[in-house]
Amino acid sequence: MELQIDRRGVERCRQLAVAIVEPVERFIAAHSTLSVERALLRLLGVDGINSQEVPLPNAVVDALPVVQRGRGVAIAFGRALAETGLEPPQLGEALGERRLALEAFADTPEAAARGALAPHVARALERIGAQRAERNARLARLPQLPPPLLYVIVASGNIYEDRTAAVAAAEAGAQVIAVIRSTGQSLLDFVPYGPTTEGFGGTYATQANFAIMREALDEVSERLGRYVMLTNYASGLCMPEIAAMAAIERLDMLLNDSMYGILFRDINMRRTFVDQHFSRMLNACSGIIINTGEDNYLTTADAVEQAPAVLASQFINEEFAHRAGLPDRQIGLGDAYEIDPDREDSFLYQVAQAQLAREIFPNAPLKYMPPTKHMTGDIFKGHLIDALFNLTSVMTHQQIHLCGMPTEAIHTPFLGDRALSLENARYVMNSARHFGDEVVLRPGGIVERRAAGVLASCEALLERVAAIGLMGAIEAAVFADVSRTPEGGRGYDGVFARAAEYWNPFEAALRACNPTERSLLDTPA
Amino acid sequence: MTRPIRPYGDTQDDGKVQLSFTLPMEWSEAADEAARRLVTNMGFGDVQVAEGRAIASGFSFFVLYAATSQAIDADTISASSAGGHAMTMEEIDAFVRDRIGRKVRVAGACIGTDAHTVGIDAILNMKGYKGDYGLERYREFETFNLGSQVAVEELVRFTREHRVDALLASQAVTQKGSDIANFTQLSELLEAERIRDNVVLVCGGPRVTNRMASELGYDAGFGRGTLPSQVAAFIAVTLAERLRQGRPHW
Repeated sequence: MELQIDRRGVERCRQLAVAIVEPVERFIAAHSTLSVERALLRLLGVDGINSQEVPLPNAVVDALPVVQRGRGVAIAFGRALAETGLEPPQLGEALGERRLALEAFADTPEAAARGALAPHVARALERIGAQRAERNARLARLPQLPPPLLYVIVASGNIYEDRTAAVAAAEAGAQVIAVIRSTGQSLLDFVPYGPTTEGFGGTYATQANFAIMREALDEVSERLGRYVMLTNYASGLCMPEIAAMAAIERLDMLLNDSMYGILFRDINMRRTFVDQHFSRMLNACSGIIINTGEDNYLTTADAVEQAPAVLASQFINEEFAHRAGLPDRQIGLGDAYEIDPDREDSFLYQVAQAQLAREIFPNAPLKYMPPTKHMTGDIFKGHLIDALFNLTSVMTHQQIHLCGMPTEAIHTPFLGDRALSLENARYVMNSARHFGDEVVLRPGGIVERRAAGVLASCEALLERVAAIGLMGAIEAAVFADVSRTPEGGRGYDGVFARAAEYWNPFEAALRACNPTERSLLDTPA
Repeated sequence: MTRPIRPYGDTQDDGKVQLSFTLPMEWSEAADEAARRLVTNMGFGDVQVAEGRAIASGFSFFVLYAATSQAIDADTISASSAGGHAMTMEEIDAFVRDRIGRKVRVAGACIGTDAHTVGIDAILNMKGYKGDYGLERYREFETFNLGSQVAVEELVRFTREHRVDALLASQAVTQKGSDIANFTQLSELLEAERIRDNVVLVCGGPRVTNRMASELGYDAGFGRGTLPSQVAAFIAVTLAERLRQGRPHW
């Protein structure tokens, strides 16, 4: 199946995305955020909480005098390392408990600070590289089933119940497990600590919870003879920190969108742009596949009208991702099956959109999200809609397939709901495995006309964004009918301009990190 | 004359129901028998295990059909509904012009930590839901959609500052009763701030019923499938009635 699409239009959209992202990248290069600085400390090994239960990365960054912020925390921390001879975890604890103060080491030469940090930076990179190599080794030994990779969520609020659910889902055919976060975590300006058993609508993302789930999935992967991937969510006020934790605990995917937090969580746009960049640099080096959040445009507004916005966002996400060093094989661009099922030919519209993304981003592992908006309490109809979603996914060669739940509008999935959903996906995808290869689309037919219309509207939308700038466009409510201002939203006070002396030792190290990974697309079909 | 009714399979009064559930045990013939006896113990008769299978190690899934001898006299049951004032957008706008004589200020939000705005957006956004325009499209409504994850304190402050006539609180996440807790917090804070009577207080969400809403101190509750015009009509009629009675308002 192939669409005849306007290749010049696609080229033009890519050029526009470059023009849109370029000025934002200049802003990013001149700024840092509290969460970037905290992520850097986490990479150096600062973890845990102080006696007031404040996470140590927060406590250390907060201990940095505001006038010194512009230089970044690394130099100050390096000076203290050089003078005290402590290891980063112990130094983090001493600073976090205020037994030591960073100002006490202000006179230590910068060269000494850099020298003291260098081995710890190297060790962090080795640690990330070792987890990347471990994933590759396991994938080679425990090959996955062919894509679309069946992705399900667990969301009990209790990491130990989630573990049971995740293992059961893997046995029922799941290839990717995502632990949905407790609602509201994206707005916390810190990452909670330790294993957690209480959450609402999901389970807190903590490093301990990551490790618990990773261990369980590694165990079941061995038993099943296929590697089961683990996913969590970077979006929110702590994108870089979650990316650092995910690198350390060998997560395989992270939800990481360049604009989601701005539009749908009212997080300050400058904060998000700076944060997404550093978090994606980390994802790139860790071999983690990002999943972008275009599905959100479709759940909050009419899916037919929003199709050009989805494609425009995919182009913008792709460009931001490339700028952070992510290769195509790690860019899981999002889309969703959200057109009103009562609309005539809705299935054809879905196929058009999914196939359009497939052809425009041929090397990206596309992430396809299930119907949610039009799911009702009627689980029987919901199961049918999910079947058509499954068919669309397999015939348009999507790679990451979030399985829809028949009980979508009712509750967070029961263990039995996941099994039914996975059976549905396996049945449809097996039955129609090569359907897409057998079908020729009628030139000038409904699908092709729809795809052409979406692409043309996307180009017009990107022209408009390029003309007023991305931040101006967001302010003008071009995306998702939501207006956000450059100084508005949560987390703006955590953004600061870099002084001339600013230094983040991981930036150069991550830029030099050039992993060669297997791609999801390489998985034998 | 009315008579009690039973579930209808293919014959009057056969009482047939379908059930499905998961048991935390390995599947075997004994697991099927365990499921059958469990349903028998629930009081059902003629229990048939239509399907029983392993869905994971240590978990089995079942589909059963069974008959109940229970019956219900449906005529004795009533459920209050807030959606009773059927009017179109144009009729509601005309009603507001005639009876209220000024624009009605409506604010809505997903309260607490809930980030799922699909419900409040369906009611407020211009686009609306199922071809029924949202409140933003009404000429006689001034609408503030405060979005997701709005703290109850912030919503109450906004209500006071903007002299809001009608307040819509939405909750989609219901895990461990978080929706009830948030709804309760809002109505209690409005009471504490002595502005409860100044607003038409409405809650909504997939699990909300009008009965539950009145128990929580709300004027109305709207559940799944609610159309924006039903909410708009309720607000307009309720506010007009309060003003007619000369009840204190802003």
